[in-house]
Amino acid sequence: MSSIYSEIILDYYRYPRNKGDLPHAQIHARDTNPLCGDIVEMQLELDEKKTVRDVKFNGQGCAISQASASMLTELVKGKTVDDVRKISKEDVLSLIGGQLTAVRLKCALLSLKVLKTGVYNYIGSTDSTKDELSSL
Amino acid sequence: MKQRWAAASSSTSLKATSHAVADTVSCRKAKNKLPGLAVPKSTTPTTKPPLTFPGQLAQSTVRGYATQKQATAYIHGKRLYDVEKVRHDFPILNRLISGKPLTYLDSAATTQKPRQVIDELTRFYNEYNANVHRGVYKISEEATAAYEEARAKIARLINANSPSEIVFVRGTTEAINLVAQSWGRTNVGLGEGILLTEMEHHSNIVPWQLLAKQKGAHLKYVGLTDDGHLVHEDFRRHLESGGIKLVTMTHVSNVLGTINPVREYVREAHKQSCRVLVDAAQSVPHMPVDVQDMDCDFLAFSGHKMCGPTGIGVLYAKKTILEEMPPYHGGGEMIREVHLYESTWRDPPYRFEAGTTNIAGAIGLGKAVDYLSELGLRNIQAHDQELTEYTHGTLGKVKGIRIYGPENPRTKAGVISFNLGDVHAHDMASLLDEDGIAVRSGHHCAQPLMERLGVSSTTRASVYVYNTEAEIDRLVESVERAGRVFKV
Repeated sequence: MSSIYSEIILDYYRYPRNKGDLPHAQIHARDTNPLCGDIVEMQLELDEKKTVRDVKFNGQGCAISQASASMLTELVKGKTVDDVRKISKEDVLSLIGGQLTAVRLKCALLSLKVLKTGVYNYIGSTDSTKDELSSL
Repeated sequence: MKQRWAAASSSTSLKATSHAVADTVSCRKAKNKLPGLAVPKSTTPTTKPPLTFPGQLAQSTVRGYATQKQATAYIHGKRLYDVEKVRHDFPILNRLISGKPLTYLDSAATTQKPRQVIDELTRFYNEYNANVHRGVYKISEEATAAYEEARAKIARLINANSPSEIVFVRGTTEAINLVAQSWGRTNVGLGEGILLTEMEHHSNIVPWQLLAKQKGAHLKYVGLTDDGHLVHEDFRRHLESGGIKLVTMTHVSNVLGTINPVREYVREAHKQSCRVLVDAAQSVPHMPVDVQDMDCDFLAFSGHKMCGPTGIGVLYAKKTILEEMPPYHGGGEMIREVHLYESTWRDPPYRFEAGTTNIAGAIGLGKAVDYLSELGLRNIQAHDQELTEYTHGTLGKVKGIRIYGPENPRTKAGVISFNLGDVHAHDMASLLDEDGIAVRSGHHCAQPLMERLGVSSTTRASVYVYNTEAEIDRLVESVERAGRVFKV
């Protein structure tokens, strides 16, 4: 019926998985999309092996930004910090499916940007990580 | 001076016969069963007499789409102008977006351009492109004449006393910054106040924040009622508290469509010796504006919102005020004499037009003014109003819809902001785009207003000279589809 708004996206928007707060999270980041006013916050709790034991997101905004954040939490759960670092744009876009216009791409990738900002704050950032973040 | 607005309203008045009305009713029913838009056919002018618009319709071939309604604007049985003819002046309206006709409902952001304006820009570059004012050769003289003629046309459009009260700038934003930095820095001092309203566009907030920081002045705001009108009491209270040097307010809200009673506000402000700036970006393109009647001290508007090119706009200011103002930008063209350590300035408006200005833009804007004047600003306003009323009547009935701003469409301009259930405005705009419908979504550069409304964003449809009821029907249909997608 509609190209971007699949049943899956709408389901994640209406019934978000892993939404909420993690008071003991080691990784915590938040960002907004000034264009749309979307807000996404990501919190990751790690175990001693630096594996994501629990993850939550919080935020408000369009279906694309909120569904992608929720889907991303499911993707990172159980992964090591190093694996989380390696998640690419394409990984997120394939979760969402459908064709996005340039403006809506920003909505879709906001959660990944927030996640990576948090991870790089935790493991330390370099010039290349800054470039990576600004490309999102 | 006033009768020029009535230019087109004296056209032949045609009344629909009862037979024709019955005909149109059955057409509406048939049309509703035919949501799909036909492949463009060759445009054959209809032989039927045009019918009353809006509310009544006939099968027509507007832009070649047989399912569209007869697009001739009427008011009180009087013909405003032929919308179908107007649509043919806008080449972009021929575009198909994903196989569907472009339904352009974002004119509050920027309007489309008629070929008369596009052609004049081409003619300028092809035939008489030259820098203005200094060349002594033929084409420079032609360019200068056209540039100054454009200034005169704009002065006539808003009934300024003289063309020298018209300063060409890049747009409304630059006009307001010019006033803030030239007049404001000279006239607003420590502890003094600038009075704004909560419905201002960022371009009429941020320049004043910058000035307030520079001068240690403070900003005060007139609040809003729940239906998007200014709280008059607030305005009076702030004025009477003293220390206000400038009132700066929008004539028409770019989000709510509220038309503010600026004339009244100017009178009250003047009693307290305050200057008044009116942001007319959403009013000059859509209704007759008479600066002498309004008596505002400054008025700012943009060319691209009134069928003109981008990058050209206007600051109007009373001559006596302009003469006292120091330059905003320094450079060529604005000087009388330049010495190594000091210079003297030319008289307004040239004092404020440093460097080579947007010559083509100004000439194009002059053409746009011709175009709008020919349609008649009163007619344009009536056309906008009819469509706004139609939109409130149809869109307003969609389940889960909320329209912001004045409830009575008769009291507002052609700007309709809405939300549907919990569908985010950006999702709404994306879904509408799939149907070829261009609307704006977001905070519309008015975050304080969004805060006041208690929403993060809205979807905004805005109409202009070329829009039709059929396009509003398409909007409503598409909004309903979005409701189904999101199960509102």
